[in-house]
Amino acid sequence: MEINTPFFKQRAHDALKDENLQKALGNLKAGFPEKRAIAVERMPEFEELRNQGRDLKNHILEHLDLYLEQFESKVIENGGQVHWARTSEDANRIILDLCKQVDAKTVTKGKSMVTEEIGLNDFLEANGVQPVETDLGEYILQLRGDHPSHIIAPAIHLNLEDVSETFHKHHNRPKSDDPAVLMQEAREVLRDKFVAADVGITGANFCVAETGSTIIVTNEGNGDLTQTLPKTHIVVTSIEKVVPTLEDMTLFLRLLARSATGQEFTVYNTLSTGSRREGDQDGPENFHVVLVDNGRSEMVGSEFQDMLRCIRCSACMNHCPVYGAVGGHSYGWVYPGPMGSVLTPQMIGIEKGGMLPNASTFCGKCESVCPVKIPLPKLMRHWREDEFQKHLQPKAARYGLAGWAFLAKRPTLYKPYTRMASWFMKRLAGKKGRIKKLPLAGGWTDWRDMPAPQGTTFMQAWKEQQKAGEQP
Amino acid sequence: MPNTPSGPRVGLFVTCLADMFRPSVAFATVKLLEQAGCSVEVPERQTCCGQPAFNSGDRKTTADIARQTIDAFDGYEYVVGPSGSCIGMLHYYPEVFDPADSYYQRALDLKSRSFEITSFLFDVIGADVLQDQLKQLQFNHKVTYHDSCSGLRQMGIKQQPRQLLQQVQGIELEEMEEAETCCGFGGTFCVKYPEISNRMVSNKTDYISNTGAHTLLGGDLGCLLNMAGKLKREGKQVEARHVVEILAGMTDIPAIGEADYDLAQQL
Repeated sequence: MEINTPFFKQRAHDALKDENLQKALGNLKAGFPEKRAIAVERMPEFEELRNQGRDLKNHILEHLDLYLEQFESKVIENGGQVHWARTSEDANRIILDLCKQVDAKTVTKGKSMVTEEIGLNDFLEANGVQPVETDLGEYILQLRGDHPSHIIAPAIHLNLEDVSETFHKHHNRPKSDDPAVLMQEAREVLRDKFVAADVGITGANFCVAETGSTIIVTNEGNGDLTQTLPKTHIVVTSIEKVVPTLEDMTLFLRLLARSATGQEFTVYNTLSTGSRREGDQDGPENFHVVLVDNGRSEMVGSEFQDMLRCIRCSACMNHCPVYGAVGGHSYGWVYPGPMGSVLTPQMIGIEKGGMLPNASTFCGKCESVCPVKIPLPKLMRHWREDEFQKHLQPKAARYGLAGWAFLAKRPTLYKPYTRMASWFMKRLAGKKGRIKKLPLAGGWTDWRDMPAPQGTTFMQAWKEQQKAGEQP
Repeated sequence: MPNTPSGPRVGLFVTCLADMFRPSVAFATVKLLEQAGCSVEVPERQTCCGQPAFNSGDRKTTADIARQTIDAFDGYEYVVGPSGSCIGMLHYYPEVFDPADSYYQRALDLKSRSFEITSFLFDVIGADVLQDQLKQLQFNHKVTYHDSCSGLRQMGIKQQPRQLLQQVQGIELEEMEEAETCCGFGGTFCVKYPEISNRMVSNKTDYISNTGAHTLLGGDLGCLLNMAGKLKREGKQVEARHVVEILAGMTDIPAIGEADYDLAQQL
C-alpha cells in the first residue's frame, strides 16, 4: 500500500474539512466506546482479565520461538504446512506460489489486516489472480478502490449513501437506501464468488500452539465460507498471534470481543485445524499457514516489545480523540490510531512514520482501555526519543527546545527571563486580559486567545512578599 | 503569616505556568497548605518539571532538569504543586535514570513524597481537614469540572477536587459530557497540530457551555489556558479558574483571560 504518512498534517486538515467523513466519525463515539463501557461494567473481573492477558502475552513473547515451533509441528501433524515469511515480499511470493499450484483464478478473502500490511491484493491482481473481499466493509472498499480506515470496522469512514451509490454502480441493480436490501444484495453477489473461488485466504486472530489451530472471529460468517468451500485455505497471519493453549485463547476471546465491539462474545468463532480428514463433511484439501514477520522479531527484546501484545481489538482508536477528529485515512498507511502510531514507524521507518507518534497529546485514554495494557503513550515517546537522537524533528522545534532547555537548566537566568516574558505579554494584552495575536505563537492564537499573565512571576512576587513580611 | 504550623514541612512546586501566567494559583495553593497546618517553603532552584523535554524525546535534558529538581526539593517531607501533569512528571523521574545512578533512588524517594494539591489535601492530610474554612466560603454559581488527563489517569485524581468543592456553600456542580476527554492542549501538541487541537478544544467548549455553568474549573493551568482561550475566542460567557482559587476563597481575582489585573501593582 502506498505510504502517505509523511502527509499526515495535510490529510488531517482535509479530513477536518470533510463533512461526510465528520458525519461518519460522529457515529463512532456512540457505537464502540459506549458498548464497551457497558460490557466492562457487566464484568467485575474485567480488570483482572486485563492483567492476566498482559502477563500471558509477556510470557508468550519471552518464549516466542518455542511456541511457534510447537505450533508448526502441530500444523504439520494435522496435514497442513507452515511457511515462514521474513518480509512482505516473501509473504506475497509464497501466497502467489500456493495459488499457482492449484491454478487459481479467483481467491475469496476474509478480513485480514496482515494482508493489507503486505499489500497482497495488489500483488495477486498484478499476477493474474483476482482477490475478492467477502467481509461486507472490505467488499465495499474493494469496489471503491479504497482501503480500511479502521482495523475492525474498515468502512467506518463511509455513510449509507456512499454504500448505496457504490452498489448501484457496480451491481447493476436499482438503487436502494435500505441497509437490509443492500446487505441482501451483497450476499447474493458474493454467494457466487464463494462457490467459484479456488483458494480462500483468511487471517487469524490467534494461533494455538497445543493443537496447531488457527481461529478467526467474525460477526458476518463470511470467513467460514471463505475457508471451508475452496480446495485450498491459506491463513496469513503474524508471528505474535501464537498462544499456548485453547484455554489461553479463550481468555483473549473474552477480552477481544468486549474491548472491540462491547459484545460478550463474537458471533462466529471458527477454528481451523489442518486439512480435511477422511470422513470430514467439509474443509479444505490443502491447509497452509503463512507466518509473517515483517519487522516483528526486531521488536522482541527491544523497547517496543510491549506492542507485540496487541490483539487488534481497536479500543485504542475508538477512544482516541485524535483518531475521532481526523479518521483513519489521515494516518496514511495500514494501521491507524494509537496502535498504528507505534507500529507504523517500525514497519515503514521512523523517517517516514515520525508524524504519527508526535500526533498525540499523551492523554492516556488508549492505554486505559487497552485489553493487554500496552503503554502506548510511552512507546510513542520512545519513537520521539529515536527521532531526537537522529535529529529528525523540524529545526524550529529542535532549536526552540534547546533554547528553552538552556534556560530551564539555569534557575538564575530563567527567573529574569520568565519575569520579562510575563511582563511583556501582560503589556501586549493591554486592558483586555487576553491576547488575540501573539508573535511566533500563531499555532495558538490563530485558533484561540492567549490569556494574559498577571504581570510578574510567582517567584518574584513571593520573594517580595517574604521580604515585606520580614520587615517590622 | 499563619499561626505557627504544627504540620509537615512542604516544598511548593510552583509549576512554570502558575509561575509565569497565574501566580495567584500558587498563592492559593500556599494558602490552602497553610490552612491545613503545613509550613510552606518555595525552593529557589526550581524552574520547570522538564516535561517538554521528556515528551520531545530529549532524555539528557530531562535527566538534567530532574537532577536539578530532586536537589531543590531535598529534605522536604512533601512536595506539592497545583498540577497533576507537572507532579505526574516528577513521578516519571525514576524512568529517566539508570537504576545504578545515585539519582535513581532519590527520584523514587521524590516520587513517594510529591502530590498534586487536591490529592494532597484530601488523601494525605485528610478529607475533613479544611471543612471549617471551606464551610465559610460562598460561591453561588453552577460550575463544571474538567478532568485533566495526567491528573485523572496517571495520578488518580477524580473525586478529591469534587469532594472539596462540595463543602463550599452555594456551589452547584454540573458534570459535562466527556469530562474525562482530553481538551487538546497536550503541551507542544497544540502548536504542532493546531487544527486537530482546535477540533478537540472546540468539542470541549461545546460540552462546557451545554452545562450552562458559570465557571469552568480544573486542576491544570495548561488545559485551563487552552479552554479559557477558546471560550473567549468563541465569545462564550463561561469563566475559567483553577480549582484552588475557589477552595482558597480567591475569586475576587479576575478569572483566566478576563479583565485587566496586575499582580505587580498589588504587591
